[in-house]
Amino acid sequence: MNSKMTHQESEKEIKTLLKGALGPVQRAELQRDLWPEMLRRLDAQAQPLRVPWFDWALAAAFAAGLLFYPGAIPALLYHL
Amino acid sequence: MELLERFAAGDLDSFETLFRQHQKEVYAWIVRIVRDSGAAEDLTVETFWRIYRARARFNPGQGNFRGWARRIATNAALDHLRHARKETELAEDYPAAPQGDSAVRGELRSQLRQAFLELPAKYRLVATLALIEEEPYSEIAEAAGISEALVKVRVFRAVRMLRKKLNSLGVAAAARGTIVL
Repeated sequence: MNSKMTHQESEKEIKTLLKGALGPVQRAELQRDLWPEMLRRLDAQAQPLRVPWFDWALAAAFAAGLLFYPGAIPALLYHL
Repeated sequence: MELLERFAAGDLDSFETLFRQHQKEVYAWIVRIVRDSGAAEDLTVETFWRIYRARARFNPGQGNFRGWARRIATNAALDHLRHARKETELAEDYPAAPQGDSAVRGELRSQLRQAFLELPAKYRLVATLALIEEEPYSEIAEAAGISEALVKVRVFRAVRMLRKKLNSLGVAAAARGTIVL
């Protein structure tokens, strides 16, 4: 019982301290409509992933390299 | 078809209607947890993004969109508390209470903030809602998706951790908020 009271007192103190030090939230109300931002988020996610042409070219060069020099494959796998 | 059914079926107009109906409430809930208006705006959008993605799992027959949204918002806020950098948190939206200025000195205030920031996210969540915002335990439990008993346990532990931290900093607090450094 005594320890319960001690905790209740402690909780009360901490509550008072926190409120005194942190205070209430300012701008608790939303200041603007967030729908345009939501739409942008939806649009961004709806767009398929685009791979730049340079990356395709790099991947093609790499694949061609492996085709012409198949001996490099084990060395490459070893270093992976 | 009802609004919630159309939303669950993927209708964007219905989603917009729900967004406009609930955005203020979701924001108000999040800002009380993260206590940063900029982050709360981002997290409100993040919450609705999660809602939109999970629309197929929503049961329109049950109809509790508000409770569902609040739980998702709480999870988003909790993720933010877990990942946000501690030094940059509690920005301008954490002013001192005017009436406490005479008693709570600047140094103590910063120590308290630091001790509060160092609480693990799940304890900070319940401590903020229960101790600062004075939300009923039942509401916190529903929003966090945990039992009321677990909320009580977490509040208990959060208070104990804060008390320990303050004691280690050499801060003793007497009842009614009188503070001795």
